[in-house]
Amino acid sequence: MIPPGAPAGAERLAAWTEAELGVQGRVRDVVRAPAEVLSTRGADVDPTAGEVVQLAADLVATMRVSPGCVGLAADQVGVSARVFCVDVTDHPKTRTHHGTFVLCNAEVVASSRNERAREGCMSVPDLTGDVKRASRLTVRGQLPGSGEWVEVATDAFEARALQHEIDHTDGLLFLDRVAGAHAIYPRQTYL
Amino acid sequence: MTTDLYAVTVIGHDRPGIIAATTAGLAGLGLNVEDSTMTLLRGHFAMMLLCRGPVGADQIERALAPLADDSGLDVAVRAVTDGPATAGAGTGWVLTVHGGDRPGIVSEVVGEVAAVGGNITDLTTRLAGDLYLLVAEIELPAGVDADSVTASIREAAARVGVTATLRASDADEL
Repeated sequence: MIPPGAPAGAERLAAWTEAELGVQGRVRDVVRAPAEVLSTRGADVDPTAGEVVQLAADLVATMRVSPGCVGLAADQVGVSARVFCVDVTDHPKTRTHHGTFVLCNAEVVASSRNERAREGCMSVPDLTGDVKRASRLTVRGQLPGSGEWVEVATDAFEARALQHEIDHTDGLLFLDRVAGAHAIYPRQTYL
Repeated sequence: MTTDLYAVTVIGHDRPGIIAATTAGLAGLGLNVEDSTMTLLRGHFAMMLLCRGPVGADQIERALAPLADDSGLDVAVRAVTDGPATAGAGTGWVLTVHGGDRPGIVSEVVGEVAAVGGNITDLTTRLAGDLYLLVAEIELPAGVDADSVTASIREAAARVGVTATLRASDADEL
């Protein structure tokens, strides 16, 4: 899909809250690998559709009740759709951030400055792995509800979280990107 | 002075101090530890190290005998020759395979690597709950069509109900 006109930017994304959705989010169960949905590319969605708006609210609600969770994709709650939420506001590795937001049909527009860091995932609870990701990132996606296109640049931990979630929407886990055979670890601590 | 190279392997139940005791025995003989690798597999200790020095294998075995006697570890010493460091002519790849556990996943997938003369240079597998994970570093011979290998690996993975990703093991040149 080509955005009609110039997409909105960082201010619009930072101003967004789940209150715009106008529906109450429900906490959903998080599925774990090897669930097939996690290895399947999600369907593009109509961000104005009622079920997508409810899904967006549910993702935020589920993220909020999950300790340490900074992002959640629809396939992690069993829905094969290209929707995810992110909120890295309180994470110590965060520099730039845009608060809580949900993006639909998101894609990476530009990326640079790869850095290697260890990642975990609620859907792979027993393992962590070292993954190289861009630390400078521009992404584009649509806001649920209004369907507005937004395009924002970010960095550091929010960039990593966005790439992890966009990977989910493409049916990829961090396991598919680990840096090497000795870059996978049994999880030491559980949040 | 000889420059004999030995491969020392130590395997057994893990406890603190195995590496300290092993390397103390080797250092006491004047051996130099060169390359080594060690890991834990569910509490089982496994280490292999290459060490070099002007001693015989029997001397190393005697020096490390307390490890076997006191700790119940399996210790093996064998003389080895210096192999080529790395061929370097091929291309490097990282293979990830994951999905529901079942027998035969590794053999089915890595068979496709062997079929094109590819060499696995590092391998880790983990069973976490019912999630099975394989990550391997692979060197494909020069001239091998990576797209074709990727397709055959994915087909093999699909036959055993898992997914496979093959990507270049890119190193950032700085």
